[in-house]
Amino acid sequence: MKLSWREIKPGAVITEPGSSRNLRTGDWRNERPVVDKEKCNKCGMCYLFCPEGAIYETEEGYFESDLYYCKGCGLCAHECPQGAIKMVLEV
Amino acid sequence: MKRVALEGSVAVAEAVKQANVDVIAAYPITPQTHIVEKLSEIVASGELDAEFVPVESEHSALSVCIGASACGARAFTATSGPGLALMTEMVFIASSMRLPMVMVLCNRTLSAPLSIWNDHSDAMLVRDSGWIQVFVNNAQEAYDHVFLGYRISEDHKVLIPYMIHMDGFFLTHAIEPVELVDQEVVDKFLPPYQPLYRLDPSNPITMGAFVMPDQYAEVKKAQDEALKASYQVIVEVWEKWGELTGRLYRPVEGFYLEDAEYAFLSLGSYGEVAQEAVEFLREKGKKVGLLKLRLWRPFPFEELRKALKGVKTLMVIDRAICPGGPGGQVALEVRSAFYKMDGPRVVDFIVGISGRDTTPEDYVKMFEMAPELLEKGPEDYIIYGVKE
Repeated sequence: MKLSWREIKPGAVITEPGSSRNLRTGDWRNERPVVDKEKCNKCGMCYLFCPEGAIYETEEGYFESDLYYCKGCGLCAHECPQGAIKMVLEV
Repeated sequence: MKRVALEGSVAVAEAVKQANVDVIAAYPITPQTHIVEKLSEIVASGELDAEFVPVESEHSALSVCIGASACGARAFTATSGPGLALMTEMVFIASSMRLPMVMVLCNRTLSAPLSIWNDHSDAMLVRDSGWIQVFVNNAQEAYDHVFLGYRISEDHKVLIPYMIHMDGFFLTHAIEPVELVDQEVVDKFLPPYQPLYRLDPSNPITMGAFVMPDQYAEVKKAQDEALKASYQVIVEVWEKWGELTGRLYRPVEGFYLEDAEYAFLSLGSYGEVAQEAVEFLREKGKKVGLLKLRLWRPFPFEELRKALKGVKTLMVIDRAICPGGPGGQVALEVRSAFYKMDGPRVVDFIVGISGRDTTPEDYVKMFEMAPELLEKGPEDYIIYGVKE
């Protein structure tokens, strides 16, 4: 979304619901979460705690981050009861 | 139309009632108190069907008005000096979210030292807040501008909140004759608010969202252009009110300016006193005029230049100080309006700080002092009457 000032609605009101998807916040990330499937018991706590709603369930029932949106806050790693998530520095 | 004697604050409350406001949120502070005191009575007695929200702070008062306006309600608040200072964050948010509403700012000196009296230090605090800002000279004008404010603010070409600067005590607490406009006239002039966008669960939208630096400048440019463009609507609506009531407001209003070589320029109630001095000086054969600057934002550059054509010495009456800066804010803006143009030389008098009495005799003295002050240089300013 790159609007000219003439296209901005009064007060920059957003009339399209869910438009925050257009802002891919993944490039704010310094560290990415990496799941150790040996330790993961598919409890879904990471999915519940993710403040961005960036974690989704895979077909096998594991949980992964959508790296287009994951900001790398590390909350999932902090909350994981199994200690199955590690934050790895992006290079 | 009915002519009655009303306290300025009561006249404002009457106008808010007649404008059929939906939500009033306010926190009491001298000298605004009588406005909201009267409004709470009007709502409690059932004369006006509105929500009166007695909030815990001015910050909350304007926050409530912002929420109400976002939902499509007609909202009102009033405050003064330190209350405005506490509210300031929301003052900028209301205008930047382009939410129509009316606020009466009963101008009061900012602390410290603590003072409850009138000057324009609070007005200048929110100079750059993006509201339409109007100064009134008397109770009648304060009453009228409540209706004008909603009509202009709610216009889909505008959608900018409207601030009425009303000098504390001089206007809020004085009893003056006021012509009340018939309700049918008000209802026709001011139909119910039709929002362009409103918060509605069945049609969700987002207001006041986060914006990244790559779009923020565009949002601010759009806001600035909208405020400038509101000028046309303001003038048209004021003219329409003039046709309806016989009271025509202009962005700048001149007295004896046609052949004036000297002129005073003032904002708000001080214009009424300056007018007396000008009449006195005219009787003495002095070519003196007066310009009352009514519209403060958007600033009426063109009309100001036109009105002051031929004036050689302009005595600006500032009611606040830019500490460590170039004088008072009004002189600052007037000088910039004439930058690199053939305009009057400006003498900046900072007058009536914290409501110190300023009489017609004081204006005569200022007129006599002006030539000598000009010799010191155009950047000079003085706090008039300060004890050396």
